[in-house]
Amino acid sequence: MTDETIKEANPGWHLDAGKVAKDLVVTALLATAIFGSTIAYKTVSAEGGLALETRYDIAFYIIAAVVVGRLILWLAVWSRPSGHRSPVMPANMKASIAFLTTKIGKGFATTMLLIALVFPFLPFTDRYLLDLGILVLTYVMLGWGLNIVVGLAGLLDLGYVAFYAIGAYSYALLAQYFGLSFWICLPLAGILAAFWGIILGFPVLRLRGDYLAIVTLAFGEIIRVVLLNWYWFTGGPDGLSGIPRPSFFGIDFNRSESGFAHIFGLEYSSSHRIVFLYFLILALALLTNFVTNRLRRLPIGRAWEALREDEIACRSLGLNTTTVKLTAFATGGMFAGFAGSFFATRQGFISPESFTFIESALILAIVVLGGMGSQIGVVIAAIVMIGGFEIFREAEQYRMLIFGLAMVFIMIWRPRGLISTRIPSIFLKEKKAVSSDMVSQGEGH
Amino acid sequence: MIAKIDDAVLTVEHLNMRFGGLLAVDNLSFDVGRKDITALIGPNGAGKTTVFNCITGFYKPTEGRITTHHEDGKKFLLERMDDFKIPKIAKVARTFQNIRLFSGMTVLENLMVGQHNPLMVASNYTFGGIFGLKTYKTAEKKAMDLAKYWMDQTRLTARADDAAGDLPYGDQRKLEIARAMCTNPKLLCLDEPAAGLNPRESEDLNKLLMFIRKERETGILLIEHDMNVVMGISDHIVVLDYGKKIADGTPEEIRSDPKVIAAYLGVDDEEIETVEQEIEEGVSS
Repeated sequence: MTDETIKEANPGWHLDAGKVAKDLVVTALLATAIFGSTIAYKTVSAEGGLALETRYDIAFYIIAAVVVGRLILWLAVWSRPSGHRSPVMPANMKASIAFLTTKIGKGFATTMLLIALVFPFLPFTDRYLLDLGILVLTYVMLGWGLNIVVGLAGLLDLGYVAFYAIGAYSYALLAQYFGLSFWICLPLAGILAAFWGIILGFPVLRLRGDYLAIVTLAFGEIIRVVLLNWYWFTGGPDGLSGIPRPSFFGIDFNRSESGFAHIFGLEYSSSHRIVFLYFLILALALLTNFVTNRLRRLPIGRAWEALREDEIACRSLGLNTTTVKLTAFATGGMFAGFAGSFFATRQGFISPESFTFIESALILAIVVLGGMGSQIGVVIAAIVMIGGFEIFREAEQYRMLIFGLAMVFIMIWRPRGLISTRIPSIFLKEKKAVSSDMVSQGEGH
Repeated sequence: MIAKIDDAVLTVEHLNMRFGGLLAVDNLSFDVGRKDITALIGPNGAGKTTVFNCITGFYKPTEGRITTHHEDGKKFLLERMDDFKIPKIAKVARTFQNIRLFSGMTVLENLMVGQHNPLMVASNYTFGGIFGLKTYKTAEKKAMDLAKYWMDQTRLTARADDAAGDLPYGDQRKLEIARAMCTNPKLLCLDEPAAGLNPRESEDLNKLLMFIRKERETGILLIEHDMNVVMGISDHIVVLDYGKKIADGTPEEIRSDPKVIAAYLGVDDEEIETVEQEIEEGVSS
């Protein structure tokens, strides 16, 4: 079929045969460059060393598949008349969609909370699912904490896991050296992490953009390396073990007379503690959410968001941006500290290996994927990411590949995250969601 | 030449600002009257915005003294203050040449951020507010009332819950002024408030500025190129050229000053007449 006949058959089509052919050749060359080396040759161990095995046929099929796929795209998608490709959405329709998402969001949040509350008692919930639930909730809490720094104040923090580590080690060390209980250590861990948030805050006050991201990244690594090398105090790579388990406000979960099961007249079961841990992290996460929502409606929260929007305008209105930044780092750090001490008590063992950069990246990915500043978005993203990791546990080798692909697609589909609209903190007549193209992303994006 | 003002809200004395080899502001002295509208004019690159940045603390002047005087006799030396303390303590607010709104926040939120400092105190620096104490709630209500007052004055009430970035350009300019007024300033510094406005909008702006001067007893210092605004509402004009003050006086005095016309508009002597005519038209319209 020549170009002419296509035009006659479909008057709206724009298919330039020359352009397509050129594109296909470029595609084929690119595919050859990528797959030619990686697929066509394979090293196999042979006698006396390595030998090269050629697989031209497989490489050829893959390149052909790419070219054919591209051709199909040309014929089916890109040749359509341009007018039909992206229907223009009227403004009022856009507004009503935003309104609808906020409505659904409200109902969705309540439903999620109810599910979270009854989750441990559902018939199909076993030990594995409960552990997964605890893990997801830990990341939800971390995501909400990081959301204060990244989503509200707009300060990109690549070393957030440092505060998580500080919280975990605070509890573990305080318990080990002073024998303090979890309930005393929990606030202390939060305070210490907040304190380190301020320590981190000072050097990064004047930094913007990429520089801010790099320094926070370095901070995360410094904390980890210190924990790794301070052998006599932190146990270095051996970590700290025998961290006391949490008690039910002083009542231990054991078989003894004074144990939880005996006092409450239940038959002893090891799952009591797991259920307790689940509710503990749920409560901590909800506390994070509650406090963040409260803070957003207070001057400090509005100052954070104003800082994200325009720092110079903030200063011109008499806002001390130094304190605004430091409070954001401290508050975000505090919640990571709480989560860290929960992590320590749940695991019973911690080592610097749990606090690598990939953890920071994962938490940041949850915040970005969920939509910066959106509380419910973080929940969805945490479930998708952590749950998704578990689902693909079988396909271990391809897990990161699938994960990466999914992120790329979500970012193409929703460049500003799953929930990208911003809900105003105060309103005169009605609460209208602010569309994401108005909201700035702050420093380091 | 120097018009000494008895009751000045701002005095600038011997201000020098040097950037490397460039002397952007050269031994500049002027006063801004307490309830006056003072215009700072001059050709592009004359150093007007630099003067603004010195007054509002964004630059630290190389030399000179900048003082604000409050009615109760308090004095503040602005060149020694941190930039954020100038609006907070010395009560000098400003707007920007390129609008700087919190565009992702609503109009009302913008005005609430303008009242950050009193609200922060009312919320006991967050610790009281987080438990929902009553003092904060009443303070928030009061802040809302002030925001509503300024939205009424700038006719933005209908758009209170819209994102600031969604407003048309003229409304954004007005919102920026309203936000600055929410800090309850003694002196309001406006950097080209009429830039990009159509004649009707700039007429509105004139009214708003007159209102602020009359009702709020706030001194206004503005940089402007729009002669309608400058000649129409100013009580006092200071003319800058290459960082130096070349004239200082009432609009009538400035209008008839050939040095100003030549320097300000950068024209040859023979063209001055046409320019004078333009200014005349500006005043009469």
